[in-house]
Amino acid sequence: MAKAYDDIPGTIVFDSEQAARGYHLNQFCISLRLQANRDAYKADPEGYIDTFPMTPEQRTAALTEDWLGLLELGGNIYYTSKLAAFHGINFQELAGLMTGMGSTDYRAMMVSGGRSIDGNRYQSEWDENDDG
Amino acid sequence: MAKITSGVACSHVPALGVASDKGITEDDYYGPIFKGFEFSKKWMAEEKPDVIFLVYNDHCTAFDARVIPTFALGCASEYQPADEGWGPRPVPVVKGHRDLSAHIAQSLVLDEFDITIMNEMEVDHGLTVPLTMMFGQPEEWPCPVVPLAVNVVQYPAPHGRRCYALGKAVRRAIESYGEDLKVCVFGTGGMSHQLQHQRAGLINADWDARFMDLLVNDPEFGSQIEHIEYLREAGSEGIELVMWYVMRGALNEQVNEVHRFYHVPASNTAVGHMILENA
Repeated sequence: MAKAYDDIPGTIVFDSEQAARGYHLNQFCISLRLQANRDAYKADPEGYIDTFPMTPEQRTAALTEDWLGLLELGGNIYYTSKLAAFHGINFQELAGLMTGMGSTDYRAMMVSGGRSIDGNRYQSEWDENDDG
Repeated sequence: MAKITSGVACSHVPALGVASDKGITEDDYYGPIFKGFEFSKKWMAEEKPDVIFLVYNDHCTAFDARVIPTFALGCASEYQPADEGWGPRPVPVVKGHRDLSAHIAQSLVLDEFDITIMNEMEVDHGLTVPLTMMFGQPEEWPCPVVPLAVNVVQYPAPHGRRCYALGKAVRRAIESYGEDLKVCVFGTGGMSHQLQHQRAGLINADWDARFMDLLVNDPEFGSQIEHIEYLREAGSEGIELVMWYVMRGALNEQVNEVHRFYHVPASNTAVGHMILENA
C-alpha cells in the first residue's frame, strides 16, 4: 500500500512494516550496547551474529557494514548506530557514509547550515536532478 | 498544592553531553551553543524548581524493540544513567520523586491516558543532556525528576494533538498533588534533523522558527501539525518535536517567552531552546 511518506527522498520511515522486517537485525545491533556482547562479537563475529535469526541479506549487510542496506532491510538508525559505534564510527561519520559525502564534506555542510530543505522535499525533485 | 510555573524546551543532542563531559564547551564548534545556555543556567538558579517533569524519548536504551510503550512514566526513586554503547555518562544519578510519580500515574490513567508505569528504568542522553545544558556539572542534580518517555523511534509517534492534551492532563495531575511543590516541565528533542539515509543532515531553520512561534503563541493550531509535515519538513528524526507539545500543554494558554536560542549545528542537528513562564 502506498504511504504518504513514500515520496520523501533519501528517507526510510521506520514504521511497523520496517520494524517487523528488522526485528532480529535491530535486536542484534542493540545487543552491542553492552560490553560483554561487544567482546563476544569481536571474538567471533559470525558465531555471535548467528545467535540472531535474521535473513541472509541482513546478516551480510551487518557483517559488511552496508549502512544504507541495513536501513532498507528494516534496520533503524538508533539501532544501526550501535553497530557503527562498535566499529568506532560516530553519528556524524555514519551520516557521512550514508550520504556518500564522506566525513569531511558532510561536516562542512553541517557547519554551513546543513542540507537545505529546498529541492529535498519530494522524490520527484531528486529524479529531476538525476535527469539533468 | 503543587504548581507548574514554567516550561523549558531543549534539544538533547548526545554530542552536547560528550562535549560537556570532555570539557570542550568553549571551542569554536561548541562554544556558541553553551553560550546560548548561559542565561538559562542563571534563570534556573533563580527559578529553583522543587521538581522537574521531564518529557524525553529513550533511544533503544531502556526499551529495545521488544517493548515500545507510547508513553511511559518513571515511578522509581532513582534512575541510573545508562551505558549507551560507550560507557555511562559521568553525571549524577537522577533522583526521582516516587510519591509525585505515583500520584501522576494514577491521575493520568483515571483521566484516560493509559500510560505505562516504569518502576525501574535506566535513562539515556535524551534525559541527561537537557539537565546538563540547564544545570552544568553539579555534583548532584539540584532537584528530583519525574521522567516521561515518549516513543518517537518507531513510527508513528503520538500525534502532537495527543501530546498537547497529555500535557493538560499532566497539569491536572500535578496541580492536584497535596504538597506545595514548584514544578518546571521540560520538553526535549528536536529541532529539525535527519540522522538516516541519503537525506541525512537536513536542517530547516525557517520551519523551526515557525514551529517555535506557534508553540508560544498558537499551540492549539501548532499541535495540529501532521506527521507527514514533520517528516518532510523537519526530517525523519525531527518528529521528536511532538514532545515539546506535552510541555506546552502543561502551561497556561498565555505564556511569556523569556529566552529563545537557536543554533546550527550540533553534530547532525539544529539546537533549539526556549524558556516559557506562565503569564
